[in-house]
Order: sequence, then structure tokens, then C-alpha cells
Amino acid sequence: MNLRPYGDTALLLDCESLDEAQSWFAALHDQAEAVLGARTVLLRGDPGTLWSLVDQTRPADSVALPGQPEIEVPVTYDGADLGDVARLTGLSVDEVVEAHTGTPWTVAFGGFAPGFSYLVGGDPRLHVPRRESPRARVPAGSVGVAGEFSGVYPRQSPGGWQLVGHTELAMWDTGREPPALLVAGMAVRFVAR
Amino acid sequence: MTLVVESPGLLSLVQDLGRPGLGHLGVSRSGAFDRTALRQVNALLGNHPGCAAIELLGGGLVLRAERSVNVAVTGGAGSITIDGDPAAYGRAVPLQSGQRLAVGASRSGLRSYVGVSGGLLIAEELGSRSTDTLAGLGPAALAVGDRLELGPPSPRPDLEDVPPLGRTGDLTLEVAIGPRDDWFTVAAVRLLLESSWHVDTSSDRVGVRLTGPALERSRTDELPSEPCVRGSIQVTAEGRPIVLGPDHPVTGGYPVIAVVLDRHTDQLAQAVPGRTVRFTRAVARS
Repeated sequence: MNLRPYGDTALLLDCESLDEAQSWFAALHDQAEAVLGARTVLLRGDPGTLWSLVDQTRPADSVALPGQPEIEVPVTYDGADLGDVARLTGLSVDEVVEAHTGTPWTVAFGGFAPGFSYLVGGDPRLHVPRRESPRARVPAGSVGVAGEFSGVYPRQSPGGWQLVGHTELAMWDTGREPPALLVAGMAVRFVAR
Repeated sequence: MTLVVESPGLLSLVQDLGRPGLGHLGVSRSGAFDRTALRQVNALLGNHPGCAAIELLGGGLVLRAERSVNVAVTGGAGSITIDGDPAAYGRAVPLQSGQRLAVGASRSGLRSYVGVSGGLLIAEELGSRSTDTLAGLGPAALAVGDRLELGPPSPRPDLEDVPPLGRTGDLTLEVAIGPRDDWFTVAAVRLLLESSWHVDTSSDRVGVRLTGPALERSRTDELPSEPCVRGSIQVTAEGRPIVLGPDHPVTGGYPVIAVVLDRHTDQLAQAVPGRTVRFTRAVARS
């Protein structure tokens, strides 16, 4: 793990893997404001104080994920980038859909926006880069892939992921507890409709 | 019900000091883009520093009082009138029942802060009255006919005036290089610090987009998404810098070449499209 300065209000723990980042997050999130990324943990506060805190902390041995039921997310595969994803992966459009629905995904961490979850553990053939330039407006419910991740945009927002389809399920609702439909540790299966 | 929106202008949002500490839920802090101006307007009115006020983009806001109340305007405001007569910038002034306050656009700034004694009492969401334009949290933008509830007036307004915003020249912002400067060529880091950047018209509360030379990467693989902060300078795949604002996404996938020091990020709220921005390496302070 590399500790990197991040402006004058934060520190970044740069890890080798998501597992390592999760271990550090588990050890630190009770002691400082912490946000988990795919390989990183951002700590907010006075950098000097945070530096000492990390020095005195060891990553947690196990990252306990709460047991969660599998959830089905019905998807209409009509995304604007479906053709690009097929071209980038060398698969046909049908094979992209089969790959996306074929294995369950796991919610790794939230972020980007309220209700947006990074899903991991899908078919590795679907690893594609983000779009060259982000879209200014991605519609709510859009299902995308980027890198090792898949995810659902909870509301209209800018976004750089490759869009493969859309769902009608509400990902985020502050009238619900918890407001996010997908929580860390949950298994998610996409179903073509 | 004491203030009625007769015209919301270009865009009027309710803002306080935001929602700190919810990054793990994917919720950014949001809050006033120009926090200095919000604190000033609340100090003028004797309010708590985090009372909610109106963040007006451009001009065109008209409010009518249904009972007498003290109001104040700070930030990048242009003409301020009460029933057509000029009113002072940066000072608590009484708005009598039935009178109209109008706030125009300024050339030296972009966002004005219109505060009222007692603050705006709009319903909170996740502990704040701020509108997060990216996350869709907080109240909708103000619309014609909205009636705004106010808190109990503060007993002791501050009598000291706030000087007008003198931000007309080029904007120079101090940055800390990194954390991902090693994803860029040495020339790109030099270009960031030596170029004149121009604020693009597509800038908003999510990010201030800058035009200038392309910043070239030294590696072409993808950065795994990582958390970012207000002031992070992300560089898109095309080499264009975006300085993240208060409604920034909690995590992002573009490498951050440098971070604008927190106290300098307020000035970006007033960066009119076309304005020149320069970055300079932060001087270490002990």
C-alpha cells in the first residue's frame, strides 16, 4: 500500500487490489471519514493527523460482508454502446447479453453517485475501457460496463461507462431504508427481458 | 410563508453548507459553491453560518416579501434593487411587507447569495437543505410562485458591510500536484502549471471544465475508479482538465493530476465562462 497526499484535505491509500483496499477501509472507517474505491481508500481530514493514524493502523484480517439475498435486475438490452462493446470484446451482441446475464455479480462498493454500486465478479470477457469522452447525460436506469465493473445509473447523470441496456428498477429512494437497492455483499443477477 | 418567488432568474438553488461525511453512501457534500459568500451573507444577518440561502446563477431573481424581513446579498451580484431603488451590496437591508427585491447579473462573478434573516426553512434531506444537482438530493430549483418559509429572525444582525467581490482579473489557484501526476508526461504537468486555461460554458456545480492544451498521459491503461474531492483536477481521456465542484461524483475514473487547495475552490464558483484560470504550485506552510 502506498500513501499518497491528496490536496490539503485528504490522503489516498493506494492498494494493490480491491481486497487490500477493503481491508484498510474496514480498519479505518470508524476512525476517520473514509471512502472506498476500486483500489483505493480516501481519508478526509488534516493530512498530518491522517498520516499518523495510518502509521498506527494495520489492515483488518477479514472483510466481513453481511449475508445478503441474491437480487434479480430485469434489463432491456438496448444500450447505445452495445455495438461498441461487441466490437471491443470480439463477441456478437447476443453473446454480450449472454455474458452479462450468465454469471451473478457481487456488489463491491458504492460511490460515484447515491445508489450507484460497483458490481464485480462478472464474465471477464466483458472488460472494456470507458468511453473516450463521458456523456453529459446518461438516462436513469442505464446499465453499463467499464473495466472489471458493471453498474446501473440510479438517475440521469454524466457518465463514461459503455451502456448495454436499461432497467426500470429504482436504484435509490430516500424514502426507503436503506435508500440504496444494492448494498455491499449482495449478489446481483441481470435477467434479459 | 413570507417570501414569494416572482422570478427565479437563470437558476436559483437553495444551499447551506451541505452533507459532510456521507461519501460511503455515494453522497457528496454539495452545499454552497462559494462558501465564503454564504458565510458572509449569514454573518450580515446574524444567522448561524450554515443557514440556507439562495444561490443565484447569473441574475433575474425577484422575491416579494409578505412580511418585513432583513435581506442581504453577497457573492457575484450585479444590480440590487428594492422596488426599483438601488439597494446596498453586502449589507443587511430591510425588505418591507409587499416590497420586491431584484438581483441582477454581475460581470465580476457568476453566483450571488441572497440570504434572509432566520434562513430558509425548506425541508431537509439527509440532514441538509442543499440541492445536489448530480445526486438529485434536496429541494428542486426555485420556480415562479414558490413560497419560502423563513426561520425566526436573528436578534443581532452584523453591522459591518462586506466589500464587493473584486474578482475581475485572471484567477490564480494554488494546487498540490498529484495524486496521479505519474499518469502524465512531465510536459503535461508543466503545461498544467504554465498554461492559461479558459472556463468553458459547459461548466456547472459538478465541475468547471477548462479549455487549453491537451494534457498528455504517460500511460494508456484505465485507472480503477477512485474517490475524489471538491477541487480534484480530473483529466479526461482527451486530455481536458475538469476541476470538480461541490456536486462532484464521489468516485471517478479519470486520473487526478493535481488538487486545488480547498480554500481556493470558492473562487471557481465565480469563474465566468471565458475567464482565464492559472494554476500555481502550493507554497508549503508550516
